[in-house]
Amino acid sequence: MNIIYTDVLVVGGGLAGLRLAVAAKQRGHETIVLSLVPPKRSHSKAAQGGMQASLGNVIKGQGDNEDVHFEDTVRGSDWGADQEVVRMFVNTAPKAVRELAAWGVPWSRVRKGDRTVIINGQKVTITERDEAHGLVAQRDFGGTKKWRTCYVSDGTGHAMLQAVGDQAIGDGVAVHERVEALALIHDGSRCYGAVVRNLITGELAAYVAKATALATGGAGRLYRVTTNAVINEGIGHAIALETGVAALGNMEAVQFHPTGIFPAGILVTEGCRGDGGLLKDVDGHRFMPDYEPEKKELASRDVVSRRMEEHIAKGKGVKSHFGEHVWLDITLLGEHHIKQNLREVFDICHYFLGVDPVKDMIPVRPAQHYTMGGLRTLPTGESPTLKGLFAAGEAACWDMHGFNRLGGNSVAETVVAGMIVGEFISDFCDREDLNIPVGLVRDAVAREQAKLDALLAGKGTESASVLKAEMQTLMTDKVGIFRTGEKLTQAVETLQQLLARSRNMGVPYKSSGANPELVTAYRTQKMLRLALTIAYGALVRTESRGAHFRNDYPRRNDAQWLKRTLATWKNDSDTLPTLGYEPLDVKRMELPPGWRGYGAKDYVDHPETAARLAEVEAIRHKLAGADRITRQQALLPFEHLLPARLRGRNERIDEPMPARAAE
Amino acid sequence: MSAVQGGQKIRLHILRYNPQKKQDAPRVQTYELEEAHGMTLFIALNEIRDKQDPSLSFDFVCRAGICGSCAMMINGRPGLACRTLTKNVGPDVHLAPLPVFELIADLSVNTGKWMRAMSERLETWVHMKQRELDLTRIERPMDPELAEKIYELDRCIECGCCVAGCGTARMREDFVGAVGLNKIARFRLDPRDGRSDEDYYELVGDDDGVFGCMSLLACHDVCPKELPLQTQIAFVRRKMAAQGLK
Repeated sequence: MNIIYTDVLVVGGGLAGLRLAVAAKQRGHETIVLSLVPPKRSHSKAAQGGMQASLGNVIKGQGDNEDVHFEDTVRGSDWGADQEVVRMFVNTAPKAVRELAAWGVPWSRVRKGDRTVIINGQKVTITERDEAHGLVAQRDFGGTKKWRTCYVSDGTGHAMLQAVGDQAIGDGVAVHERVEALALIHDGSRCYGAVVRNLITGELAAYVAKATALATGGAGRLYRVTTNAVINEGIGHAIALETGVAALGNMEAVQFHPTGIFPAGILVTEGCRGDGGLLKDVDGHRFMPDYEPEKKELASRDVVSRRMEEHIAKGKGVKSHFGEHVWLDITLLGEHHIKQNLREVFDICHYFLGVDPVKDMIPVRPAQHYTMGGLRTLPTGESPTLKGLFAAGEAACWDMHGFNRLGGNSVAETVVAGMIVGEFISDFCDREDLNIPVGLVRDAVAREQAKLDALLAGKGTESASVLKAEMQTLMTDKVGIFRTGEKLTQAVETLQQLLARSRNMGVPYKSSGANPELVTAYRTQKMLRLALTIAYGALVRTESRGAHFRNDYPRRNDAQWLKRTLATWKNDSDTLPTLGYEPLDVKRMELPPGWRGYGAKDYVDHPETAARLAEVEAIRHKLAGADRITRQQALLPFEHLLPARLRGRNERIDEPMPARAAE
Repeated sequence: MSAVQGGQKIRLHILRYNPQKKQDAPRVQTYELEEAHGMTLFIALNEIRDKQDPSLSFDFVCRAGICGSCAMMINGRPGLACRTLTKNVGPDVHLAPLPVFELIADLSVNTGKWMRAMSERLETWVHMKQRELDLTRIERPMDPELAEKIYELDRCIECGCCVAGCGTARMREDFVGAVGLNKIARFRLDPRDGRSDEDYYELVGDDDGVFGCMSLLACHDVCPKELPLQTQIAFVRRKMAAQGLK
């Protein structure tokens, strides 16, 4: 049996995994990253528009700070987020941008003086400050009060992944490419690593580690129409679920991005609308102001996606061979802007649609985009129920996005979580010893080998690719933007049938080495469990919150549902997850639940909301003369939750820090 | 959207070989399928795998032309399969794996291994002047145009097309290729990197580096990101020649 030992095992080589690995390696821990693909090809690369961090360098970002970013994020989450974690995040995001600036990310920079921008369909001249010249620039994004999204043209994720990937190489982080974790090794209370399959040779190995981190990204490929890369199949989520011990939080919270190109579903960035692009219907009418007079195209993604579908349902969609869509119009931004700041969008339109976005409108329709749910962790990134198992990024639910993530908060989360969890995982390794249970490791490998052998030797008649396609179509049709009890019941029943059928899969191509059909087969079984976790969680949650919208329960219901779904999969033979719930504590919220400022104004209050609101008001009133930091600390202290080296304020043009003492 | 065509038959002639399998021999296998509207090679290859031949190996990740996974020889020319429309290369399409790189199986090659080795050799990361950063402070300003120039070179997706199209790479196993030379040009431009031309000369001042380039410049023609490889290689060569004469 091949056993590989390390201190830290990171499953996933995207931004979160690589940044976490760099942190652990710099702290002196041996670190191995497992990746399905060469790490620079990970889906982090597809993040186009940018990363939110309240630097406040541009004039339209003036007055921005952690407090504003915090409120935008909590409102965006429809109060589903953990407010302490949001605080940790917003305080670290500026540090992450500045670190990446030093590591070589060519952030787009502010140019002093006048420039013309498009705001609300109109050309407006704004003047950037002299003192901001050359600092990192910000653009507008949905659901934000200030221009906060730092960017590198529209290749932000690409540039970040280059820099972090190169840093990892420079630090000598080992990356084992083209391997896949099939199962976590654990004894019901402690995680010891993973059973890993080499996708070239088909051989299994046990990777035994003091600490294991899941950084496997999202699960978009559970859906037929998704912006996600083909590798985002949620296998990291699934292997956590299959431990029976670790819980997945809020899996029913699935984001649909308003602007997937139609019909391929490839993303064009929110920056298109942030920079002034408009959504138009079959008549060329700009319809978003009719629904959202305040934020228009720049309400949060869940709201814009629903309004687009609502408008199409009213008969205002554009009919095409593949179905209906609406238009994204960025022609008003002009050729120079598009070719400079939206060049990936230009390429995508050119190659996949044969459309020149300088002259023509882009056909778009919402597509699955982001998995808010993930391995439930503490603010340290560690699972509260399976010691030694950590998670970071989209695979995690620590939980900063609640039921809807803001654009620009995901790439930001990857590096911020990598920095924070990387420190805590290092503390864990400093503190913990590892007694290797050799029998347990051997059994885990044998179990996975037996499953693969059974698939290859069996005479099953079901085709994995057919089952997978049925699941994907079902998820898009029944567990999508608009959900009902009826559709979700059908989805759960059909998924259970698919799960039963998946136990009778055959793999006609018998090679045990590079065998794409075998891969589809074992992944499909895992994906079906995850799909059931989403569909069943959505069925039970009889309210609407963020991206989870129920036509039959259209109101957010804080009285009953201000709580996080926790799903576990207790027995291998189960056909449904076991659901539990973890209440969010209103009495400790810095921003008690209220109206988001866009979308429906209709919700049921939690019984404790009024009292907490009064309390927050009283504290603010009492500290009216104090600075914002003091006021904030009185409401929700968080700095003690951060690793020591990531504490401290963030300097801005308008919030200068005293000069360093001369050395 | 334009009128729906489709319905016509196309044929993919794929060079197949799995070196992992004993007794496997390289051969060309032909698959026929119906062309759909807007069909890309990504769609066509997946349809073949789902409906005709589950053993066919190829690599896709983003399927949007940004990750560099799916470079292959398309009718004899390196390109990204995911964004290639079948109507532009058919009805007979010849597909082969990229040369130079280690073959995994069929159309799948190990570009990741090659790129990591190149990165380690050329030390393609910013060599920071000071390692410890005070992250609470405002970032250092950078000229906005310089940031754009760096991004222009940073757009490389390490797909391997330039290496596959390179005459020198066929002859010299250790040649760093246009991808490597472009990276040197990128870090040379970056004021955050503390290295000098003397340091870069150590890395690429020989025949496996910039002096190995024969200026055939297929790299420039086939780069899917249209990087200015011709000017960058010429620029690095001039700087390295000057350094060599010192």
